[in-house]
Amino acid sequence: MLRPRIIPCLLIHNKGLYKTVNFKNHKYVGDPLNAVKIFNEKEVDELFVLDIDATVEQRSPDFSLIENLAAECRMPFCYGGGVTSVEQAKKIIELGAEKVAISSSVVDNLSFVKDLSVSIGSQSVVVVLDVKKKQGLFKKGHEIFTHNGQKKAKVDLLSLVESLNQLNIGELVINSIDNDGKMNGYDMDLAEKIRSHIDVPLTILGGAGSIRDIELLISKFEIIGASAGSLFVFKGKYRAVLINYPTREEKEKLLLS
Amino acid sequence: MIAIVNYGSGNIRAIGNIFDRCNIAYKVVEKREGFSSEITKLILPGVGAFDETMGMLKESGFIEPLNELVLIKKLPILGICVGMQIMSNHSEEGVLDGLGWIPGSVKKFDKEFIPYDTKLPHLGWNSINLTRESAIAKNLDLDIGFYFVHSYYYDCIDEKDVLAFSSYGLKFASAINRENIYGMQFHPEKSHQNGTKLLLNFAKL
Repeated sequence: MLRPRIIPCLLIHNKGLYKTVNFKNHKYVGDPLNAVKIFNEKEVDELFVLDIDATVEQRSPDFSLIENLAAECRMPFCYGGGVTSVEQAKKIIELGAEKVAISSSVVDNLSFVKDLSVSIGSQSVVVVLDVKKKQGLFKKGHEIFTHNGQKKAKVDLLSLVESLNQLNIGELVINSIDNDGKMNGYDMDLAEKIRSHIDVPLTILGGAGSIRDIELLISKFEIIGASAGSLFVFKGKYRAVLINYPTREEKEKLLLS
Repeated sequence: MIAIVNYGSGNIRAIGNIFDRCNIAYKVVEKREGFSSEITKLILPGVGAFDETMGMLKESGFIEPLNELVLIKKLPILGICVGMQIMSNHSEEGVLDGLGWIPGSVKKFDKEFIPYDTKLPHLGWNSINLTRESAIAKNLDLDIGFYFVHSYYYDCIDEKDVLAFSSYGLKFASAINRENIYGMQFHPEKSHQNGTKLLLNFAKL
């Protein structure tokens, strides 16, 4: 039986592991490699690591960090952050990552997805879209942001999502800026809207605060990626740092619900 | 010694890392001359499209030595993902001929039969069911299974070549085997303990 994927998402900032709230208030969580080692032991389904500095600093990915992370990962590993060229993506795959996530470079230029698919295979191309609810009394829907939520993209979310679906990308990650770090649950309406527009694998990120939130997402969408940052690095209401992940028994229970 | 065949496709590093951790000797073969007599087993990784993978294999000049080691010397070989698919005669994904080691063709999953909103690729952890006992599949947790990412599957002409099947809309061959030739559609190099066990089982064959 194919299972939904439960995916910790780690953010790299100043070479350390950080967790944000609404993409702000960076809290230091620990050493990335150490976190990966713990997630290995916990046998996580997959791992996302996003370098949130690279695009903002207009620099290329930190290849030595990627190499070290990939060597440690015993699970499929997706790297994102600052990838602007096919050569960079190829190098990341060669270093041992399974997937390369892109965000601002696809928002700027859709044909980049095509070029990437040809060179590393479409199954390895992950598109992450950071979205925020439109501000204003009568405005509905979400808009895409890049550069850690600082820069509003001109392109319409749903039309971009449909174009990406046509291009057969490997996976689409929808990251809610409004829900980031809030631990109040996923934006289920947003998930539903995106799901109805695509048939490529979809992963939802932003807002998970409990296993119950993951359960709700999975029971509604069946085969989906449930990703979370805070949930897997914090414990308790004082947000004490503790790397955690559901046990096999807990996961089996989730799937039965 | 195990040789990981590096013709430009597949996650060589991830496989090597597992052998490093388990103290199993291996070498990465990058040139035709690298197929030396110390090699007793082969791993053929693969990621990406069929034609591109076959093209790279051809360009490397590896097809002839591989045919000799696999078909004449009968060295055990493990193909992973597209590295398995190119063991077929051909694929719907491309126009080039495959290696033709295990009769069959590679087909695309029909979206209509996939019972989820998510269609392709078949992505994530799926169970496998063995069709027979095999040393390469000893002590595996079949229910947890392995990590898959693919849109095409191997359709064997002879059912006896199917070592394990999985379900994704239809039952498909998730592992194949004929004599010394093994193919895995999933990624043992990224499948935690099950994957490590399978690679160690292969090393012990």
